[in-house]
Amino acid sequence: MRTQQQTIDEILELAAAQFKVPRESLSPDDDFFKKLGIDSLQALSLLTRLEQHFSVELPDYELQGVSDFRTLAERIQSRL
Amino acid sequence: MLDLDQYTSVGAALREALDRFANETCLIESDRNRERTRLTYSDFKQMSLPLARALQDAEFSAGDRAAIIMTNQSKWLISAYAVFFGGGVLVPLDYKLTAKEQLQLLAHSKAKFLIVEYHLWRAITQEREFDDHKLRIVLVTEAPPTADLKGGFRWEEFRRKGDPFFVTREREDWACIVYSSGTGGRPKGCVLTHGNYLEQCKSLTAWYPFWPGVRYMSILPTNHAIDFMVGFIGPFVCGACVVHLRTLRPEFVRDAFVRYRITYVSLVPLVLKNLERGIKGNFDALPSAKRFLLNACVAVNRFFTRKRPNVPLSRKLLPQVHKAFGGDLVAMFTGGAFIEPATLQFFYDLGLPVANGYGLTEAGTVLTVNDLKPFRADTVGKPLPGVELRILNPGSDGVGEVAAKSGTIMSHYLDDAELSAETIVDGWLLTGDLGSFDDSGHLQLFGRKKNMIVTEGGKNVYPEDIESAFEDLAVKEHCVFAANYIWPQKELGKEMLVLVLHPESGQEVTSSQLDDLAARNRLLPDFKRVGGYLIWDKDFPRTASMKIKRAELAEQVGAAVARTAVKEL
Repeated sequence: MRTQQQTIDEILELAAAQFKVPRESLSPDDDFFKKLGIDSLQALSLLTRLEQHFSVELPDYELQGVSDFRTLAERIQSRL
Repeated sequence: MLDLDQYTSVGAALREALDRFANETCLIESDRNRERTRLTYSDFKQMSLPLARALQDAEFSAGDRAAIIMTNQSKWLISAYAVFFGGGVLVPLDYKLTAKEQLQLLAHSKAKFLIVEYHLWRAITQEREFDDHKLRIVLVTEAPPTADLKGGFRWEEFRRKGDPFFVTREREDWACIVYSSGTGGRPKGCVLTHGNYLEQCKSLTAWYPFWPGVRYMSILPTNHAIDFMVGFIGPFVCGACVVHLRTLRPEFVRDAFVRYRITYVSLVPLVLKNLERGIKGNFDALPSAKRFLLNACVAVNRFFTRKRPNVPLSRKLLPQVHKAFGGDLVAMFTGGAFIEPATLQFFYDLGLPVANGYGLTEAGTVLTVNDLKPFRADTVGKPLPGVELRILNPGSDGVGEVAAKSGTIMSHYLDDAELSAETIVDGWLLTGDLGSFDDSGHLQLFGRKKNMIVTEGGKNVYPEDIESAFEDLAVKEHCVFAANYIWPQKELGKEMLVLVLHPESGQEVTSSQLDDLAARNRLLPDFKRVGGYLIWDKDFPRTASMKIKRAELAEQVGAAVARTAVKEL
């Protein structure tokens, strides 16, 4: 079982790779819309990538109102 | 299609449709690649009448208000029909609002009944204001077996045997209260009558007909005026089928086009642009010879469709493109927010017409739409049958405020006689949008007279609604504006919200205040966030009751400061 910190780290790795930004430029409390320069549809594609990686299914509403990596990690962690 | 002149209410028309088209499929619900539900009109009736009966047994009666807060799914439409069957007034609320905002609108609408998805209900019950709610009956869908529903009933179990009695409503009776904005200071609940919806349905289907076999993909929220009409009432009174997707990820939406051979879909500009990017990316990846051939086919298609669409020809010329959209797509609808004409033209040249339209909740749904004869990427189309439009006080360039008269215009704003009287004058709805007609009768929009923005995602955002997010900032006063309201421009687009800050005298805005500002901004849903701020060193003009005179302040700021002075937040 992953720890919350591991989940956050893996999310940051995956987001950095998907949107081609340096991993070290991302931190857990960043607003991923702003930091990655993405719109809501691109955020959904990130969610799909995360689902594949963590082998969970996240309903769209889990992302509603979420804009930072830490909260996203909490939502994923609760389903692991 | 039913002859809608024969019916006095939405409920009566739907009731007839359920019998007339009994064996046709009316609803498909898919979650990712799994089909969850497929209902015929007859199935739909079997599911909704026991609910209507249970509501009546719970003393739901004519004129009672029932709110729905759900994502797009079959239970939304089944519940709405049960409400109409019992003569109720539907209050469709936006599931994307915060729980606090939903509670505010529930209170404002005076809804006694609520039908809500479990995850949304759970959030509502955790709000402080939950204890003050005045709801009598709450039906919760898809609740886990052990969930505490806080007084709510399980939707799936809330049904009774025995025929419910159909409650007749007249055309002037209220059908829905739809909120066009106003979770902040002044909720704008548009009261739309049964006559409004029947007229809207008649005029829209005159240009874009549905028929049994048509499949409409419902992506825009059903609580929104457009999907309520073209993703529910319109297809149902014509015997067509509505496809709901529980997951709106681009990859699943793309799959659904093909799997369900979609005929029509409504999309916001953001999604259209995303599709355009994807298709262009695929084109660019083609070997140069194939790309050359493709471009030649597009040019031929453009030539042969210059006067009107020729979908069969387009499908032959560009089979791969059409196959990717399922092969049966006739048109896509868009409207609300600004969309680049080049994007519309791109799709049209592929033989995938995008009918750009214009409307507002206060006008039912749609006032104008492109009739595609010929396609015009630079306009929002012509007035629908039965819609009269007028340009008020046009300037030398013909541009003025668009006013509308039609059987689809709302009755009034709920409990706001003053705003209603300002908005509907002598039967004309003042839209607050600036436009002009060209020689062929097409409406072109140039901007807004009103202080609001429409996002690329199709959301209306009124600055006063989000001001409370910045309350108690350590400044003397603050006000939020649409940038284009302060600095009017005669083109659409470039919409953003600007926060005007007036620091205490002799003080400057510190970096910690800006951090506080940014943190509060982040807590807002992304489409409501302020894009920049401006420091203003004079007192805001105020009325005798100390309300900010927004128009005057905007004028002062616009005259003294350039738009380029706005600092990014």
